[in-house]
Amino acid sequence: MYRSHVLVCGGTGCTSSGSEQLVSVLEQEIAKQGLSEEVKVVKTGCFGLCALGPIMIVYPEGSFYSMVKPEDIPEIVSEHLLKGRIVKRLLYSETVADDSVKSLNETDFYKKQQRVALRNCGVINPENIDEYIGFDGYQALGKVLTEMTPDQVIQTIKDSGLRGRGGGGFPTGLKWSFAAANDADQKYVCCNADEGDPGAFMDRSILEGDPHVLIEAMTIAGYAIGASQGYVYIRAEYPIAVKRLQIAIDQAREYGLLGKNIFDSGFDFDMELRLGAGAFVCGEETALMTSIEGHRGEPRPRPPFPAVKGLFGKPTVLNNVETYANVPRIILNGAEWFASMGTEKSKGTKVFALGGKIHNTGLVEVPMGTTLREIIEEIGGGIPNGKKFKAAQTGGPSGGCIPANLIDTEIDYDNLIAIGSMMGSGGLIVMDEDTCMVDIAKFFLEFTVDESCGKCTPCRVGTKRMYEMLDKITKGNATMEDLDKLEELCYFVKANSLCGLGQTAPNPVLSTLKYFRHEYEAHIKDKTCPAGVCKGLVRYSIDADKCKGCTLCARVCPVGAIEGTVKNPHVIHTEKCIKCGACMEKCRFDAISKK
Amino acid sequence: MKSLAELKAIRDKMQASVNVRDNADDTIRVVVGMATCGIAAGARPVLNAFSEEVAKRGLNNVMVTQTGCIGICQYEPVVEVYTNDGSKTTYVKMTAEKVARVVSDHLVNGNVVEEYTIGAVAK
Repeated sequence: MYRSHVLVCGGTGCTSSGSEQLVSVLEQEIAKQGLSEEVKVVKTGCFGLCALGPIMIVYPEGSFYSMVKPEDIPEIVSEHLLKGRIVKRLLYSETVADDSVKSLNETDFYKKQQRVALRNCGVINPENIDEYIGFDGYQALGKVLTEMTPDQVIQTIKDSGLRGRGGGGFPTGLKWSFAAANDADQKYVCCNADEGDPGAFMDRSILEGDPHVLIEAMTIAGYAIGASQGYVYIRAEYPIAVKRLQIAIDQAREYGLLGKNIFDSGFDFDMELRLGAGAFVCGEETALMTSIEGHRGEPRPRPPFPAVKGLFGKPTVLNNVETYANVPRIILNGAEWFASMGTEKSKGTKVFALGGKIHNTGLVEVPMGTTLREIIEEIGGGIPNGKKFKAAQTGGPSGGCIPANLIDTEIDYDNLIAIGSMMGSGGLIVMDEDTCMVDIAKFFLEFTVDESCGKCTPCRVGTKRMYEMLDKITKGNATMEDLDKLEELCYFVKANSLCGLGQTAPNPVLSTLKYFRHEYEAHIKDKTCPAGVCKGLVRYSIDADKCKGCTLCARVCPVGAIEGTVKNPHVIHTEKCIKCGACMEKCRFDAISKK
Repeated sequence: MKSLAELKAIRDKMQASVNVRDNADDTIRVVVGMATCGIAAGARPVLNAFSEEVAKRGLNNVMVTQTGCIGICQYEPVVEVYTNDGSKTTYVKMTAEKVARVVSDHLVNGNVVEEYTIGAVAK
């Protein structure tokens, strides 16, 4: 019996900031103090507050230590674990108010969150099936197999209003009912764990922190549609997730929760992993299944939809990791419980990966309908360095930018589409006033050009041409005619591409054109970049009145573009300048400006 | 896994152990003084006995935790029991043997074990 549990985050974020080493030092130190029988160290999944990693929570007190270093461990062990004196200076500063220690759930970051998909992340040891069972794991599967018919399962999912969390937002129950209605000798359940949007990492965190929830949910889906085999298509770039999911599958097989005659119900189900090689297009459902079949990951036209002819030509259900993570809770707590959260057409909660210019980088799960302002200013802690919020990008390369004047929009599937963006998988990149919107559009286009599979012409050639036009704009060589052409091409690519990748690729351009057209025009007409980002348009100059002639700038300039003598104002030769900004960073007199 | 009963058996066993990670619905706090004086007087076996006894009985509403020196070193090991109605009971000169009775009488049935409290011992 352990009187205290020390939970150390073993997610990718904290692992890269050194949590593995923390665990070994912690175990050594605990052994040294003779506490090995009393204190248990548990490596968990992600807590969400990745910006403060490595993170460690000590129970029963629930003390939240952040940015822990190995040299802090002896103090934590001897003071807190042995003598019960919480080491306040190492606690997450927001939990220490005056002299008392606040619970984590009272902090701004966690207060407004409601964890359904992430409920076990950071709470259980993902490599131990017993812990998952201890937190009601596999109860939903037991209930489904012993008390419910497949139709009742589908009806429950339908009634809950759950929609696909991978981006499309298609009603999950409806999808399952289509696959269930098709008779076949073999059907399949697949999971899309090929999370590819830049900035999104909620699926990875669920796989790393709570892999059994996926196994349980896919088995439930198998029972609902009459499938006996599942496949998880997971990125090879997620080594920790792959490893833990495989451990989980092995444990589930050992317990008979995968395999033949589960819960003595006569129902058989097993599943396997398929590793993706990192192609973004394989997140598209038909390309994903083609890749599982062993072919080159390219999409094919729909219909037929996967529910009719999917993997190996058989009826298939394909859902994303986060969608599945909601399923066991819906079965246990009921459709009404789930439908009571969220907005009219978007039920439940959504996980967002907060990134970019924001204080609390990390994962947050909030009810649908939470406003962008609440997420950015309250949970996210606002924009660092006193800068102004300019826009938020949602939906990755398929989504769009939401400008500051729409910050009070309630986020759900339909509202985001109405304002020209989309939910996507939930990446939320915050941008401040130093961001150039043309440059952002160019960044995402560069990504889609790289990731276009090349099968259809509108996407293969269209995105490339769009990228070239954007490049021309950022270099100041474009005309207003180019801008019109760009916009026309956007609509063409959107309408004619084969799969979702091409159909949504113009979104970053279209949404920035909609809300930030003046920035495009400034690049074209005035040949300036208002945010001072586009190197081709930026000019550095020295204010002769402010320059003291200290020569520092001339010394740091890597190309010798600055000329001047001691105690006399210096001059930048713009034809030589490579616009690296080193001089401006070093100048102590604020004499160098960028226009 | 052939039956729900099998699943439930694992769940119940695990819940006793992972309950320590859920402090949302704790209504009783058992605080053991674990400063140098407390440890020297034998507070650690007392602390562990509380943890085990609480887990064995599946008392989900009890949090067993530690604190530093309370200032009455001659009475160590000192254990304080806080209940959510605001009352506080101070048990002194505790031993692992006395723990079982405090748990059954006080934590489960709500009857303070008067003879172990500071009021009785200090007389």
